[in-house]
Amino acid sequence: MIGVLDLQGGVVEHLGHLHALGVPARRVRHPQELDGLAGLILPGGESTCLGKLLHQTGLDTAIPAAHARGLRLWGTCAGAILLAKAVEGEKPHLALLDITVHRNAYGSQLDSFTATAEVPPEISPAPVPLVFIRAPVITRTGPGVRVLLAVGDRIAAAADDTGGMLATVFHPELSPSLAFHGWFARLCGLTVPSPEALRGDDAAWSRESWTKLAARPGR
Amino acid sequence: MTTQDRQTLNIQLAQMLKGGVIMDVTNVEQAKIAEDAGAVAVMALERVPSDIRKQGGVARMSDPSMIAAIKAAVSIPVMAKARIGHIVEAQILEALKIDYIDESEVLTPADEECHIDKTQFSIPFVCGARNLGEALRRIAEGAAMIRTKGEAGTGNVVEAVRHIRTVNRETRQLQSMPMEEVMSFCKTNGLPYELALKVRALGRLPVVNFAAGGIATPADAALQMLLGCDGVFVGSGIFKSAEPARRAKAIVQSVTHWNEPAKLLEISMGLGEAMPGLEISDIPENERMAARGW
Repeated sequence: MIGVLDLQGGVVEHLGHLHALGVPARRVRHPQELDGLAGLILPGGESTCLGKLLHQTGLDTAIPAAHARGLRLWGTCAGAILLAKAVEGEKPHLALLDITVHRNAYGSQLDSFTATAEVPPEISPAPVPLVFIRAPVITRTGPGVRVLLAVGDRIAAAADDTGGMLATVFHPELSPSLAFHGWFARLCGLTVPSPEALRGDDAAWSRESWTKLAARPGR
Repeated sequence: MTTQDRQTLNIQLAQMLKGGVIMDVTNVEQAKIAEDAGAVAVMALERVPSDIRKQGGVARMSDPSMIAAIKAAVSIPVMAKARIGHIVEAQILEALKIDYIDESEVLTPADEECHIDKTQFSIPFVCGARNLGEALRRIAEGAAMIRTKGEAGTGNVVEAVRHIRTVNRETRQLQSMPMEEVMSFCKTNGLPYELALKVRALGRLPVVNFAAGGIATPADAALQMLLGCDGVFVGSGIFKSAEPARRAKAIVQSVTHWNEPAKLLEISMGLGEAMPGLEISDIPENERMAARGW
């Protein structure tokens, strides 16, 4: 099973992609909810907010402890900032992945953009769509960290293969592509369709897909 | 980039704010307190709604230099308010490159008939709504996010509850009625038809909806989440309370833990005096902000 950190941000978008892959998933808001997970996704949101809530819930120590026992981690956008060992001009949060990130490197929302890029074939043989929203940039990768993807001259995704960690500064959960979720699930030892089978976009995905699992009219 | 791609990106930024609290701030110091408390964004404005209410007069867009100072001081998204229908205030805010414009009834409307055509902008807009028709009209105009209005500056959550309950009720009605009644329902309630069909299929608004107006306590914020809001705006509720930093942090936690009463109990303890509240019935009809917007 894969968990999605459920403190703030793009939680349901990740749950939707995992569901589309047939991967069992659950929300994680408390340390005990990490038990039995093969992997944990740290979603996009606001890293300052997420960092504080991680501390208040005790997940700031529980996640590194679970990671040391084999829990694989993937951070998207703000989640990548949470994983980074160094954040330019700020204190790091979980400080697990040996990268340096520069927050909001592209500017304000007016500088948010989409792109399409080639990725390593084990992720997808076809180019994948990328969504950058107030995105950070990875400005340094340490020894043992592999650059998976650069957009222009800026590093957008990196992985520590032996450590079982992945950071993407864009949002695969906001695009129709299931490629990155499939790859992470395979890293976690779960059975999912091959990259070739996942070729192209999820036909069921739409701009409103996130609403399926989002807040419903209450009461 | 096409207009539709831009609108999708703008809706997606709001998606990343889900489960968060957006706080009104009037200076750099407050903006830093908000960021430290875990706000997902700040709304930069010269006067919080309760002061606008007290001082009266025409409330306009804030001085851009004040918004720029706040933008420079924090790393989280910065929003600012333009008057309803004030196309040029919105153009100025877009030129300032903030992250989101609130076309807001808290300011004095510039146009009593038309809202801004938000499709002409690259920057995202959030707009207020009291019911499903108002929400969908704003989305049709290009809004990328909705907030159920509440009555700003009152510290009284009753209108915010009324507005989200109205949106919810109308959504359920739309879903349960036979197809042949949909057009008539749209006509009566002022719903753009195509968007109404979308809501009928989705069972909720197609964009993120935050609660606003009158939220003063962690319990108020959690109630809005329980009623199906995606997050919360807090205006006067924080910086008009006795201990803003503690209350701000507590409200952030209450939005994350909205469905955990034992946690809410812990969060709600010893926060000092909340902002003073106002009875809605004591506010003259023509001074009620929620009624602005068409």
